[in-house]
Amino acid sequence: MNRTESSRSFFMATWLGWQIESNWTDPFLFAVYMVIKPLASAAILVVMFGIITNGNFENPLFPYIYLGNAFYIYVGAVMAGVSWAVIDDREHYKTLKYMYIAPIHIPSYWLGRGVARFLTGSVSVIITLLAGVLFLHLKLDLVAVNWPLFIVSLIIGVLMLAMMGLVLASITLLVAHHFFLLGEAVAGALYLFSGAIFPLDVLPAWIRPVGFVMPITYWLELMRRSLIGNIAQTFPTLAGFSNAQLLGILTALTIVFAGLAFATFQACDKRARERGLIDMTTNY
Amino acid sequence: MKAEPLSVLTGIQNPKVIGWRLFLKTIIARAYPRLIGQQREKSWIFFDIFLPMLGVSAYVYVYRAIGAPEEYVGFVVVGGAMTAFWMNVLWSMSSQLYWEKEQGNLALYIIAPNSMMAILLGMALGGMLATALRAVAIIILGMWMFQVQFMVTSTLQLLAVFFLAMTALYGMGMMSASLFLLLSREAWHIANLAQEPVYLVSGFYFPIKSFNFWVAAAASIIPLTLGLDAMRQLVFPSGALLGFLNVKLEIGILTGLCIVFLTGAKFLLSYMEKLAIREGRLTESRR
Repeated sequence: MNRTESSRSFFMATWLGWQIESNWTDPFLFAVYMVIKPLASAAILVVMFGIITNGNFENPLFPYIYLGNAFYIYVGAVMAGVSWAVIDDREHYKTLKYMYIAPIHIPSYWLGRGVARFLTGSVSVIITLLAGVLFLHLKLDLVAVNWPLFIVSLIIGVLMLAMMGLVLASITLLVAHHFFLLGEAVAGALYLFSGAIFPLDVLPAWIRPVGFVMPITYWLELMRRSLIGNIAQTFPTLAGFSNAQLLGILTALTIVFAGLAFATFQACDKRARERGLIDMTTNY
Repeated sequence: MKAEPLSVLTGIQNPKVIGWRLFLKTIIARAYPRLIGQQREKSWIFFDIFLPMLGVSAYVYVYRAIGAPEEYVGFVVVGGAMTAFWMNVLWSMSSQLYWEKEQGNLALYIIAPNSMMAILLGMALGGMLATALRAVAIIILGMWMFQVQFMVTSTLQLLAVFFLAMTALYGMGMMSASLFLLLSREAWHIANLAQEPVYLVSGFYFPIKSFNFWVAAAASIIPLTLGLDAMRQLVFPSGALLGFLNVKLEIGILTGLCIVFLTGAKFLLSYMEKLAIREGRLTESRR
């Protein structure tokens, strides 16, 4: 592999991913598709919160839940997006074997495919935040936002999600019967254990440690603190950590996942070649 | 699945099997892989129960975080169990003919001497029974994990609501399956799009009464909306207070929806099949 090959694979896959994601319909329907799904998802939580609190959206728990849910869109988009490329190419388009014999760097290619999902996910996150500010009294003061913390956390977080996606993509190479459910199961489990939509203290004490080893827990906390610092810090779960400490933990866990991603790819890729799984079509 | 039992079930090798007997045998043959085949893949059973339980648990903890009364936990568990049916209708009924087209089976269905309506009924029957097993498992797990207490006020009404809601829901699935007959790549996206909005408007995780009357009334076109509302009224002590309409009225509306959707499915399927044949879309595969 050389630098040109990996960057070429990445950018070409980005373009290809965008075409696959967007050209199945006309731009209007595509825009509707990108708006309705995240808003409906957020609205479920808003209605639940509104019923119980009699519409008290001033409660600090509301922005905690709303922002966690909004940024969690990236988890489904980036993490599942990267791993979905394997399923799409192997089972749907039946092109994975051609990708393997082409002069491309496979992990870079998968990461590139995830970029399209990152872009559509970003639109969904922005729309969800805008709807919160415009219609739900979500207090986002753009002047008070800690922009450096926001940008750094977002970049590290997306990298971390891409690495987790690479781990899943590598495992998907070996899996036949459960591949559709793998990304969904991991995303669903993380939604519960990382305290995306409720403080971790609500979970039974024996489950909480699972949340503390997940980088997403720290990433979501950083995203909340950068946007609504004074409110986010009132929740006790991670109150003992400073922003720098959280950033340090997130960076360390991202590096761990990067190492894990490339080790998993090496192992799964070797095994998939040995077992002749690269051109497998299961028709599931 | 071996070829022999299927041919015995369908009666394809027996030229005397025609008319209503062929119709019934087609239903059984199409229900067979749904009912038996899905149970053979044990990992699917695990994921079908495990995935909705993750969502149910997350929403239960949201309610606990905001200090909701405990009956709302029960509402979430019942709603979570019913998501299994909505997912089944969406992915294994509505978009099924699209998948069949992708696999090359759709043309075989059309050229075989059986009724497409019987094939859809078989898919619905098999899917409903297989999904019911998963829904029961979710309810039992929810009761065990979150100490949900049920207090059934009328078993007869509860059974009537459940079967009417299921019949209307799968009738709606059969109707939309014929629309999906014309779709290609967009089928997956449209099915995907219909998940969360329906969870929202049908009140899977909260009482539908929370909405404005007209919003709730419009949402009642989806049979699960009234089905869920009636079931909650019948199994929770405070359910009646949070109910949208009287249970008897909801049973009446659900009966009407059953008739509308099943009749609509028959006519729409016939029309769409002709249209798809005329436009050459039955074997088209635009990936």
